[in-house]
Amino acid sequence: MTAPVELGRPGLAGVPTTDVKQTKKDFTSDQEVRWCPGCGDYAVLAAVQGFLPDLGLARENIVFVSGIGCSSRFPYYMNTYGMHSIHGRAPAIATGLAASRPDLSVWVITGDGDALSIGGNHLIHALRRNVNLTILLFNNRIYGLTKGQYSPTSEQGKITKSTPMGSLEAPFNPVSLALGAEATFVGRTIDSDRQHLTSVLSAAAAHRGTSLVEIYQNCNIFNDGAFEILKNRDSRDEVLIRLEHGEPVRFGADGQHGVRRNPSTGSLEVCAGDDPGVIVHDATADDPTQAFALSRLADPGTLARSPIGVFRQVERPAYGDLMATQLDEAADKHGPGDLQALLRGNDPWTVG
Amino acid sequence: MTVKHVHELDRVVIRFAGDSGDGMQLTGDRFTAETASFGNDLSTLPNFPAEIRAPAGTLPGVSSFQLHFANYDILTPGDAPDVLVAMNPAALKANLPDVPKGATIIVDTGDFTPRALKKVGWDTSPLEDNTLSAYKVHALDLSGITMEALAPFELSRKDASRSKNMFALGLLSWMYGRSIDGTVKFLHEKFATRETIRDANVAALKAGWNYGETTEEFAVSYEVKPAAMPAGTYRNITGNLALSYGLIAAARQSGLPLFLGSYPITPASDILHELSKHKRFGVRTFQAEDEVAAIGAALGASFGGALGVTTTSGPGVALKGETVGLAVSLELPLVIVDVQRGGPSTGLPTKTEQADLLQVLYGRNGESPVPVVAASSPSDCFHAAIEAVRIAVTYRTPVFLLSDGYLANGSEPWHVPDVESLPTIDPGFATELNHDGEGERDFWPYLRDPETLARPWAVPGTPGLEHRIGGIEKLDGPGTISYDPNNHERMVRLRQAKVDGIAGVPDLEVEDPSGAARLLVVGWGSTYGPIGAAVRRARKAGHNVAQAHLRHLNPMPANTGDLLRSYDRVLVPEMNLGQLALLLRGKYLVDVVGYNRVRGLPFKAEELADVIMEEVGAL
Repeated sequence: MTAPVELGRPGLAGVPTTDVKQTKKDFTSDQEVRWCPGCGDYAVLAAVQGFLPDLGLARENIVFVSGIGCSSRFPYYMNTYGMHSIHGRAPAIATGLAASRPDLSVWVITGDGDALSIGGNHLIHALRRNVNLTILLFNNRIYGLTKGQYSPTSEQGKITKSTPMGSLEAPFNPVSLALGAEATFVGRTIDSDRQHLTSVLSAAAAHRGTSLVEIYQNCNIFNDGAFEILKNRDSRDEVLIRLEHGEPVRFGADGQHGVRRNPSTGSLEVCAGDDPGVIVHDATADDPTQAFALSRLADPGTLARSPIGVFRQVERPAYGDLMATQLDEAADKHGPGDLQALLRGNDPWTVG
Repeated sequence: MTVKHVHELDRVVIRFAGDSGDGMQLTGDRFTAETASFGNDLSTLPNFPAEIRAPAGTLPGVSSFQLHFANYDILTPGDAPDVLVAMNPAALKANLPDVPKGATIIVDTGDFTPRALKKVGWDTSPLEDNTLSAYKVHALDLSGITMEALAPFELSRKDASRSKNMFALGLLSWMYGRSIDGTVKFLHEKFATRETIRDANVAALKAGWNYGETTEEFAVSYEVKPAAMPAGTYRNITGNLALSYGLIAAARQSGLPLFLGSYPITPASDILHELSKHKRFGVRTFQAEDEVAAIGAALGASFGGALGVTTTSGPGVALKGETVGLAVSLELPLVIVDVQRGGPSTGLPTKTEQADLLQVLYGRNGESPVPVVAASSPSDCFHAAIEAVRIAVTYRTPVFLLSDGYLANGSEPWHVPDVESLPTIDPGFATELNHDGEGERDFWPYLRDPETLARPWAVPGTPGLEHRIGGIEKLDGPGTISYDPNNHERMVRLRQAKVDGIAGVPDLEVEDPSGAARLLVVGWGSTYGPIGAAVRRARKAGHNVAQAHLRHLNPMPANTGDLLRSYDRVLVPEMNLGQLALLLRGKYLVDVVGYNRVRGLPFKAEELADVIMEEVGAL
């Protein structure tokens, strides 16, 4: 059992800052961006390059690590340190980096196939350990780079090249998955809503530990309009639930819908906005039950009743900080390592 | 009182065998420690089942520990035991085929019940028929005597009989004149908080010693004088421990913090356990969710300026392959330790083999050259680890370090080096812009050192050197993505040339005291000891034989081809079906002859000597 650790490293406090004023240009690399015209990835890239200067971090202490997929080209376009690695393994690689370098702001860029299919194991374990990572999960509900097969977030029955009669599989809900994996920060946002995207990503970046942000991202080539219902002015108010910490959970153009707990099942359900049972969103609650129930509101097929915003944001020591603390404790208790004494061991003998 | 005679011997092989729960590995370890501090040269071979506790009293549950010690320098744990200590019928039955006629067998008769005998397929007791007539047998109720000796402690029957291994250790210690003081101290530390258990074990140990000293059962004890060794400080060490220390030492000598990413796997797990103890050396150990994450985390740590290491066995290497390829492409330092075991698949987890050579050389997609270093003895794992780190750091490349189950768990005395004598390794981090760009200086992450062809290692946190690397082919120099056909060919050849040109690989040395040998025996890895012992036997029998042993499997020493061609016959014994032989034939067009066994056990010197003498005879 590890004693409670006073780390003194909340949020980004472990990462060096700069007084030099930074601009979006400082974070833009000289590489030509090669996503398809109209891809939702452009908006996310612009938002990240746009808000990073506001954090005031030393640019050399920021690292973007990605796996394989369309979104995983992201690091090439950031003028920071970066690694474009192999399929699904970015959280594992970033874990080694973040655990050995508490002074870095480490970002993982991944997609629904990369993070939830081939890399599912690494994702859940990074979340469980609370490694100091900011994971941006670009969810377009399709395999783009391999040209259009269904993904682990595709709706059941989806017709694709590899499922001409419709896919047979139930999709993952990435937010539910992350909450089940003991995540300390889970958010969801939409590529086309720059302001919301920026606010969720900023909160995620400031969180020390693993933060996972699912970004609904449109693939206009292979799955165009996957999130249209949440974006279209005519439909979105009826189906999109904007979570605000400390506020009642209401939606609809005039807040005419609300969310309340069903006393008999314990799960959440939609009710009238003025229902006295409308719940108040508490992202900082220790118990993730309500956050999980919120994540289950969305229809897995149509995504109607999708909450966006920060579902959960709680404090737990980051893995790398705990590791560093153990190293310090060992050195404090026994003194720094003496290699000669180590090699000699407890039972040496001398030949004269 | 009986007069006891002392016979002098130059070497002895003892095998302790019992049930998996009988504490045979501990008994062997302690006898080894006593023997090491006495000053004999020694070599050990633990042999245990993969099951933690196979059903008691069955043949699959037998665990053994063999120790060879001598008054001269020895190379192997011995072909066959001179003394077998068997703690139950299963241990006797499982080990009897290995015991030469005339050898001594000490049997605990405590468990020779009809039921226990039946479990191993004996209808009558071998103690009562002619089964053991060719051996010197001491049939003693070790369990019973131990329990009697421990009566004052009022332990349960089960607890008391658990100390019978200490009784056996005491008896054997008396027989071979070993001091039991070290073991008494060891028991005091091990059971510091459990006084009764501590005192009972010490009492059993002493009772065993006194039994030899005072009863008439044993009229003779033996003396094996200390071996002449170069002056210095010595300790006993296993391969896994030496390898762990080598990594810690290399981290210190390079000034890099050590980061181990590992997933538990036999027989490599002890390296993870050992390194986890040394946090005050700044060692970070990460028990990953799987083999892929283990190497991924190590590579990520290397990107951040740590000495990234991952440890595993053959099945783990198979899983790590894609990440090794990434490391080849990223050109970052990384050490992958493969403690080989019997394969394919799960194979023989606790047994030794050296059949991963081709896997580590070629088990990846694309042209993916990786340097390979192989340790030749338990203590050599220390120096081999430092060499692997030197190559990885100097050349910014993943390096495979090969050990195996025999080296991992086997032990030998080690002349402890003075840490001041260890080589230093310069990571030479990049801190400055390195290229004249358009109008201003810029940083090219793939601008190579003209001598080593290594690229600069610029770690996050270094201002001005921000750069991106990845698994997609890179443009020679700038390191940006490039799909250009000519550039790809250039990069493939550059990566190969970098590994081919690794400097500091010493010429392959030949040992040929006669200078007239026409047969060269070439090995690699843990066969060094058995081949050496076999070559000695052949020479003793009047044959001229030369021996050479490869430590660097990639790149091989520059003189390898010339050397092979200068002999009429080249014999390559391997614990595989001819992997090095295939390489030597392919690379050097020499018609080498293989001798191949895959029994999960090291070669026996006698068996190899026969093969060598046959080859000499055929010339």
